[in-house]
Amino acid sequence: MSNTRNETLITTLQTLADLTGVSGDETKIRSAIKPLVENHVDTMRVDALGNLITCKRGTAENPLRVLVTAHMDEVGFMVVGHTGEGGLRVEAVGSIPERLLPGTHVWVGKEHTPGVVGVQAIHRAHGNQQAASVEDLVIDIGAKNKEEAQEAAPLGTAITFASRFREMGAALTGKAFDDRAGCAILVALLQGERLPCDLYGVFTVQEEVGLRGARVAAYAVEPDVGFALEGTLVDDLPKRDKDVSPTAELGKGPAITVMDRSYTTPPRLLSHVLKSAEAEGIPYQIKQPGVSSTEAGSIHPARGGVPAITIAVPCRYIHSPRALLHPDDLENTQRLVRAAIARLTPETLAIS
Amino acid sequence: MKATFDLLKTLTEAPGPSGRENTIHDVVAEHWRPLADEVRTDAMGSLIARQRGSAPPPRPALMVAAHMDEIGLIVTGIEGSFLRVHMLGGMDRRVILGLEVTVHGRRPLPGIVGSRPPHVLSADERRKVVAWEEVFVDTGLPAAELAALVTVGDHITVDRELVALKNDLAAGKALDNRASVVAVTLALDILRSRNHAWDFYAVATTQEEVGVKGAIASAYGLAPQIAVALDVTFAKQHDDDGPGTFELGKGPTIAQGPNFHPQVVGRLVAAAKAEEIPYQPEPVSGGSGTDAWGIQVAREGIPTGLIEIPLRYMHQPVETGSLRDIERAGRLLASFSARLEADFRPRWEDEL
Repeated sequence: MSNTRNETLITTLQTLADLTGVSGDETKIRSAIKPLVENHVDTMRVDALGNLITCKRGTAENPLRVLVTAHMDEVGFMVVGHTGEGGLRVEAVGSIPERLLPGTHVWVGKEHTPGVVGVQAIHRAHGNQQAASVEDLVIDIGAKNKEEAQEAAPLGTAITFASRFREMGAALTGKAFDDRAGCAILVALLQGERLPCDLYGVFTVQEEVGLRGARVAAYAVEPDVGFALEGTLVDDLPKRDKDVSPTAELGKGPAITVMDRSYTTPPRLLSHVLKSAEAEGIPYQIKQPGVSSTEAGSIHPARGGVPAITIAVPCRYIHSPRALLHPDDLENTQRLVRAAIARLTPETLAIS
Repeated sequence: MKATFDLLKTLTEAPGPSGRENTIHDVVAEHWRPLADEVRTDAMGSLIARQRGSAPPPRPALMVAAHMDEIGLIVTGIEGSFLRVHMLGGMDRRVILGLEVTVHGRRPLPGIVGSRPPHVLSADERRKVVAWEEVFVDTGLPAAELAALVTVGDHITVDRELVALKNDLAAGKALDNRASVVAVTLALDILRSRNHAWDFYAVATTQEEVGVKGAIASAYGLAPQIAVALDVTFAKQHDDDGPGTFELGKGPTIAQGPNFHPQVVGRLVAAAKAEEIPYQPEPVSGGSGTDAWGIQVAREGIPTGLIEIPLRYMHQPVETGSLRDIERAGRLLASFSARLEADFRPRWEDEL
């Protein structure tokens, strides 16, 4: 299964996943992406929200305007207070289940100051089956009082899980694969050969707090069609209830969205993507409808309406300290997105 | 302080689950061999280092016990590409999701404790502590390869880097009880250049976390005149500062109660006072849950004492201790030992 491993793509993923960029604080990611794409695009700019908007001109006479987004931000925490004993009070940025937090190491602020999340020892917490809510947790950086904590981590400081990229078995693991996997694929698309269409590659901000970046980018680019690249959820741990859907599965190719909580894919665009996969012999899967929201939900209502679709790399354990994906899925997602865009014509998008 | 951190890092990051202590045994042996007159291993796998005293034989013996085993997981089943597991010692389900682990199969395999994505969980499920039946380890290996490398009964340890927090604190896994092994190592080093009449037997014991097994056998074998155990106790933390918790960074505790001989306690306190080592008195009303509890009833009974190092977040992969407290515990142990006269034997008040 591992004859499609793409080392350049994996290296880009590693570089981007190890950097920190909680929603609203994506500067480090943007700064790392710029040098990877600047020699491969015709224009590049940063907009008012922090989106990195690039354009690689097409070879066609009247090229279609194709928007491809991948969000730079990741879920994390923000410092909202300090305790008298020198602990940090936090709120979650984006969706993180409370029960994942105790026992984690975190990086506090731009300097990655080490911090830990601990709770009352099990010996003394008799039979409590509820995880503490985020408001009740405290991040411990070892500060001895409030003043030292305020100095080290002022209000608003961003915090992420402290996880570094590593290979594990046949898989790749690290934090923030949602959506640095999408970012790595978009970097590869822009680094590749020119396509017939004008390729607007946009690395977006603030997806995890409400699909905000893609919304203004779609307005600005005014595309004919939009593709959102994602690292999407896989829920395939063995279940007690055998009827639970895995949502998508690892190693079975890109997960294509028909409908999620934010939008519905137009049939003509869905059919085009599926035909592209079949023509190129790329494995794919349909993601279980109705779960999660993606940037296609922000692209499709832009201006007068834009046909849009989400194509994603299936990832286990997203929104946790460490996600896991299969390198074949990464490469096959890149191949499918490229093939689908290369095969676009005005007729593809025409309402019949 | 740097040397103490480095030694603690080496010792905490080495694996040594209860009953499979061979790796940590070898790491401790490497550090103890240059500091001891002889080093051996007993039938239960405990490491015994002897530093001869200056009194003429037959010399009295002081046994110092610090357990080197750590809590972990054990493989109870293989389901496709996932491992079903249960706790080994008092592993805490509240901190287990998302953990990085090493599966000690035919070769060491990195893994993650899998978690379901928040997108598919109800608000209740996101806060519910996971049941053991829902805990699975993912090694990223395909099912066939996994089955060839892992067997039911294989041990699993937490994989966690020791990090330095502010104010000379350190956080990681297995500070319970490698912090004490560091303290004993420091005492061995001090006693090389400080006269002591008694033989000093440093013992890194096994299987404490599964019922104080190693220390009982070592105490029988050594038949010491006095024994002192070193372990960890609860430090005050954001969600727990009641009775039974102690200040972090204000010195080790000296335990008192039925588990401990009053004259051993008295000598420990006297040594701390004489050498101006800060300490905290720790009342223990019954079983101490440490090697001291097993040693006290070996053979005809052994006068026993206990020094404990305060830790926050016990049995979590973010156990946090003070390097100063560890160094103080080592100095206290050395000065207690050096101040034992050749003819001293613990007696009861009415015998004096």
